[in-house]
Amino acid sequence: MEVRLVHLSKYFGEVRAVNDLNLEIKSGEFVALLGPSGCGKTTTLLMIAGIYIPTEGEIWFGDRIVNDLLPKDRNIGMVFQSYALYPHMTVFENISFPLKLKKVPMAERRKRAQRVADMMQIGHLMDRKPAQLSGGQQQRVALARALVKEPDILLFDEPLSNLDAKLRLTMRGELKRLQKDLGITSIYVTHDQVEAMTMADRVAVLRDGRLQTFSTPDDLYNRPQTLFVAGFIGSPPMNFIDATLVQENGKVVVKAEGMRIELPDELGKRALARAKSDRVVYGIRPEHVHLDPEGDIEAEIYVVEPLGREDLLDCRLLGGSVMGVLAPAGQPVGPGDKVRLRFEAEHSQLFDPETEHTLLW
Amino acid sequence: MTEHAGSRWIQVFLIILVALLCVPLVVMYIWLLEAAFAKQTYGIVPSGFTLSNWRFLWEGFKNMPSIWRITFNTLVFAAIVTVAEVFFASLTGYALSRMKFPGRRIFLSFTLVLHAFPAVTLLIAIFYVLLVMGLYDTLLGVILVKAALELPLGVWIMKGFFDGISWDMEMSALVDGCSRFRAWWEVLIPNIRPGIAALSIFSFLSGWSEFLLPYIFTSSFENFTLSVMLRRLIGDFRFVDYGLLTAAGLYYMLPVLIFFIFTQEYLLNIYAGGTKGTQI
Repeated sequence: MEVRLVHLSKYFGEVRAVNDLNLEIKSGEFVALLGPSGCGKTTTLLMIAGIYIPTEGEIWFGDRIVNDLLPKDRNIGMVFQSYALYPHMTVFENISFPLKLKKVPMAERRKRAQRVADMMQIGHLMDRKPAQLSGGQQQRVALARALVKEPDILLFDEPLSNLDAKLRLTMRGELKRLQKDLGITSIYVTHDQVEAMTMADRVAVLRDGRLQTFSTPDDLYNRPQTLFVAGFIGSPPMNFIDATLVQENGKVVVKAEGMRIELPDELGKRALARAKSDRVVYGIRPEHVHLDPEGDIEAEIYVVEPLGREDLLDCRLLGGSVMGVLAPAGQPVGPGDKVRLRFEAEHSQLFDPETEHTLLW
Repeated sequence: MTEHAGSRWIQVFLIILVALLCVPLVVMYIWLLEAAFAKQTYGIVPSGFTLSNWRFLWEGFKNMPSIWRITFNTLVFAAIVTVAEVFFASLTGYALSRMKFPGRRIFLSFTLVLHAFPAVTLLIAIFYVLLVMGLYDTLLGVILVKAALELPLGVWIMKGFFDGISWDMEMSALVDGCSRFRAWWEVLIPNIRPGIAALSIFSFLSGWSEFLLPYIFTSSFENFTLSVMLRRLIGDFRFVDYGLLTAAGLYYMLPVLIFFIFTQEYLLNIYAGGTKGTQI
């Protein structure tokens, strides 16, 4: 089922929780709504579910506007962060509840519930009450309940947030696999960028109720459209420096105090063509900056943070800006040491400081 | 073992203090118990054992309907008040907990004020209303009045229990295919069973022991309740037959006592501030 949000807005009094959102989700696609808390992603999800009525705009399921359709008539399955299992019902009753409401005969109910439960590996727990299950098992029951009525659309509201780290990793993989196998259009709300990046076909980044960008994880990471997205995606986050864009000897150069970077010709041309002034925000990810005795940028180590596989070095440039550098673990440097840095210029990002839009992509 | 000796003495002192404060209460109940079975009492000391105080069970009272009729009336009164209160309170409580509508806040504060309002001041107005509606001197009339006066508190209590249920669960029910009403009935109500149980007990006891309303708004024999009957035992005889009075009092109290023993766990739920108690 294809889902389209057209100029969708939701106001709570004066607060614009969702503001003129446009989104087209293809049939069978796995889309993540990503953003910091309060960005409107859950509100959007609840509008799609039919719990909230949009203030403005339209929601299309296929070729049908569903704005006025009750949740029960939308044929959606939803998994909540709290799982929202019914404590007074057994696992079987929980899973088969949507079928009971559809007046599916008991024998059929039993068969379908058992099939979904087996798929979720909870087939042996049918007689338990939710309180007797572990968090992971409850999660699977919630998933089974969402799947049992063979919904057209699956909605997830931070479903993995309450699981411990290891289980979250397992469920992440399983969920992705399940979605691909079943081919059900899925919308997944999360504030965890790793979840969004690893699971989704496309990620919609929201901020203050507005859509920032809607693209594949690869584009999001390597070709961010806005300064916010560039800073929000990736850990440790991208480095930003206020700089000027100049032409020297036919080369396009980014300059800041204590820093000079020659852009590759292609990037340089694009940036120059789009820049409205010579002022830009220069961005580069920590993994694209290296300690290199041959490097032409001087810096001083400020602090060393060992991350296990790598060390994160906070280096202070001569101009005073601090730059995160990811280097293999066990660097023989410490705070106060003078080092030289080499930037991979082809991984540079440039943004307009006014519009915060990219100058490159 | 690790406690200070001092705090131990303080504890002993406190226990003695509380025990002393309880003595008058205990004495009252002991007297009630023994006077119901004694020929005579001298102060607190009984003399002689008899069951004749209980003869009203088989002989009835003078100038009153049979005790069974009166008991039946009281039971009907308490039961209908309970059913009505639980039914309306759980609908109203839900609406106040879950729905946004104009005047919701005012409605909430008004119910609190109504609860605090002394019912006695309304008696004359209620009398006129009942008279006009043709409900004066009917059990139904008194039941309606009692239920109405009890409702504000019931609504607040039920609202508290509904507040304790997560929105997620209700949303989940809606997505699973429930209408709003079905979600209320199939998902929310089963999860506030402790609240419903507590409120039922609470209103039943309150209905059982109600005196003022039936005393004032009924006058016929066939509408007598136990509390009114007790009042009559004290008032209508030239001298009070204390043996009979205590036996009848004990008879009146017994169901409440038994009821309380079996349901005190639920009652505690309600007094603990209307939050969700033990999960069923």
